[in-house]
Amino acid sequence: MTPLVQVKSVSQKFGTMCALDDVSLDIAPRSYTVLLGPSGSGKTTLLSILGGFLVPTSGQVLIEGHDCTGMPPAKRPTTTVFQDYALFPHMTVGANVGFGLRMRGVAAAERDKRAQEVLKLVGLPEAFGKKPHQLSGGQRQRVALARALVVEPSVLLLDEPLGALDLKLRRQMQEELKAIQKRVGTAFVHVTHDQEEAMALADHCVVMSNGRIEDEGPAERVYSKPASRFSATFMGESTIFPGRVIGSGEIETVFGRWQLASDAKPGSEIVLALRPEHVVIDQKQLLPLGEARVSDVVFQGSFKRVTASLAKDESLTLLARLPADAAVQAGDMVHFACDPKHVLVLTR
Amino acid sequence: MRSAIRLATVIYAVLIYGFIFLPVVTLVLFSFQATSFPIPPFSGPSLRWYQAVLGDTRLTSALLNSLLVAVISSAVATLLGFLAAWGFARFRLPASALMRGLITLPLTVSYLIIGMGLLVLFNSIGFPKSLSAAGIGHVVINLPLCFAILYSQMGEHQANIERAARDLGAKEWQVLTLVTAPMLWPALFASFFLSMTFSWDEFVISFLLTRFETTLPVEIWNLLRSGLNPKTNAVGSLVFLVSIAFVLLFELVFFRKSRS
Repeated sequence: MTPLVQVKSVSQKFGTMCALDDVSLDIAPRSYTVLLGPSGSGKTTLLSILGGFLVPTSGQVLIEGHDCTGMPPAKRPTTTVFQDYALFPHMTVGANVGFGLRMRGVAAAERDKRAQEVLKLVGLPEAFGKKPHQLSGGQRQRVALARALVVEPSVLLLDEPLGALDLKLRRQMQEELKAIQKRVGTAFVHVTHDQEEAMALADHCVVMSNGRIEDEGPAERVYSKPASRFSATFMGESTIFPGRVIGSGEIETVFGRWQLASDAKPGSEIVLALRPEHVVIDQKQLLPLGEARVSDVVFQGSFKRVTASLAKDESLTLLARLPADAAVQAGDMVHFACDPKHVLVLTR
Repeated sequence: MRSAIRLATVIYAVLIYGFIFLPVVTLVLFSFQATSFPIPPFSGPSLRWYQAVLGDTRLTSALLNSLLVAVISSAVATLLGFLAAWGFARFRLPASALMRGLITLPLTVSYLIIGMGLLVLFNSIGFPKSLSAAGIGHVVINLPLCFAILYSQMGEHQANIERAARDLGAKEWQVLTLVTAPMLWPALFASFFLSMTFSWDEFVISFLLTRFETTLPVEIWNLLRSGLNPKTNAVGSLVFLVSIAFVLLFELVFFRKSRS
């Protein structure tokens, strides 16, 4: 399948600051792509380039096979849902949603009909005659989505759309966004710094840092087999510790010598990561991690989040997610272990 | 002790408000004087002098001239101020800060200097003294104010709303007329009405730049040269009434808008 959007070696410089450094990315039709990264990673810059609000310093953007690099936003088959919603405050919700159609010369009656349909799609059929200031944050978000969807773009761009909502509403809107995307079949490109949001939504997850793509692929793969140290730490928590490759299939770590495959050359220094849910206690048949003193236990309902410092090396903090009924308390000395197949070997 | 303090604050307040409003109250009161001099004792009330004002065609035509100059010059100042503010807020211009400073500079220059400068300029290019000349002068003094008000209202949030309009296919003139201007409606209204009040009251520039047809403040000055007369009180009260009407209208529209 040919990609719907092709970003080819795009760089963006602001003065001496390099916001995007030779980024290439393909976006498949009907897919939900999430650009994930901390602030300053270049994710919003990339979205602005896709939307046409920025012309990149170098590189090319193709949408549906056409070169759109220098094309203004109005001419592109893209629309954007802005972080602050950017609704027109002086117009009714119906007029907001119908605006794009009005610009395309659609007659008023037809415009209203289609605006109503899209409002129904986003779950706000009763808001047609209201003004934006009469709506709650979540409702405004839906209006912004409806306004962008009504013109049937090939690609819908969402700039941290859920950033201003509270946690509960954010999770609910996530599900709805995903459902709406599946229903309309438009490709969505969604920018966020929230990794849970990324995992919940993404068909294709793109982790960005310092203007580069660190890792991309299905969210599950990016989480379970991160390509780099950055993406391992950004996508979820983990215990990170150094290791040295001493022979084929053997790695020296602070926990001892482990039989682990890696493609790094013998003698090279690498980094290993362990997800907290893969750290267990009192199971000596697994790979032992040694004794550690529990420094903190946080009960989180379905599990306990435990931090412990290793007896052998107190600078190393072990992070574990233990069952809610595990009897551990701060100050306890506990034997930790893990399954070797869950240890992540990160060569960069 | 406490009651003494309270008494002192009441006296202070009465004195302050008296200081501000007593001249106006006196002016309005003696406009209703029945006899020929606006001095105590009060002999009214009588509408005799209002009748005289409304019967004096020089005064009534000056009043209409003032309104005309105020409306047109304020509309022009608001339009130019809006376009300038939009340009400075939305485009990266060379020496933007310096240019913004220059555009607001007339706020600090005395009307006398501006009036004399325009007089010399108009003389040298052969532009006659007229209501149009005074109107141009009023645009010069009000444009910086309109610019400052409107520029302060064009933030990043508004810029994003304009971006959204462009993203949905609006052309630049459509963005301006369908989004930017309606969105800034309260600020546009405020600029227009403040300009109206300033233009309505303005004397020095109108005095210097008009000749045969003139504005009301200049006509009142002419009237005063022939001595005190309750007629000047009556016309002054009318001017005051119109100013109050402007302010009330402004408050009504602007504050009702900003609350919603």
